[in-house]
Amino acid sequence: MSITEILFWGLSVLALFGAVMVVASKSPIHSILFLIVVFFAISGHYILLNAQFLAIVNIIVYAGAIMVLFLFVVMLMNLNAESEPKKNRMLQFAGLISGGCLFLVLIAAISDTTQASQMVQMGGGNNGLIKNLGMVLFKDYVLPFEISSVLFLSAMIGAVVIGKKEKENS
Amino acid sequence: MEIKWYIGLALALFCTGIVGVLTRRNSIIIFMCIELMLNAVNLLLVAFSKMHAASALGQTMPNVVSDAQIFVFFIMVVAAAEVSVGLAIIVMLYRNTHSVDVNFLNRLKN
Repeated sequence: MSITEILFWGLSVLALFGAVMVVASKSPIHSILFLIVVFFAISGHYILLNAQFLAIVNIIVYAGAIMVLFLFVVMLMNLNAESEPKKNRMLQFAGLISGGCLFLVLIAAISDTTQASQMVQMGGGNNGLIKNLGMVLFKDYVLPFEISSVLFLSAMIGAVVIGKKEKENS
Repeated sequence: MEIKWYIGLALALFCTGIVGVLTRRNSIIIFMCIELMLNAVNLLLVAFSKMHAASALGQTMPNVVSDAQIFVFFIMVVAAAEVSVGLAIIVMLYRNTHSVDVNFLNRLKN
């Protein structure tokens, strides 16, 4: 068992444990912290696949920006003390069963394919480095890049308009 | 590493997200489960691109790895915009109803 496989299995176990704990933990703060663990494990997977730019962007954008935003919202709402009201056990069980059924069906569907044991190139290839991706991004994908700036502007305006306090006349 | 382990990992993460969406009532946790599903799909996209780079198919498509990673980058961009708007909506709902329970939000009117 090579060092790459050991790292792969360790990161996979970490990611799955974090994902289960996100769903299972009572407090939203704990869910957010476990989701950050999942994001770090996925960044480790990106590094194993030699996608270093994506690993850094994943940490900066998801773990650094989005999860802090979630944390701010949870703390502003003061939800950490409030316990979630009990849901119908039957509905929870039904959700678990349907999610498990989807998992089983998808696993059964891919287990029949002939390409399931094709190898993934671990490491190697400099396609995932920042220099190469920057060249591709600003040569071939410059128009979607600019359009995404418009998307961010509209998202920012939308967030401000939605979050604005309503006037008292209503 | 064979591609089936990556598919299995991504499917497990995705189905965990689905179970979270179906079973939890806190809208913030539902939102976090959606992020979990997006990340599972991103990981699978990168793994498939590296699979095609390793196989003979990569000879005809030299840019497959770069294209997939740019694609994942744009998915992250859209996810960031989505989170900002979605959290603004959740904050507004909390301000109006003093709850983030989705069962109280089943009517859109007030």
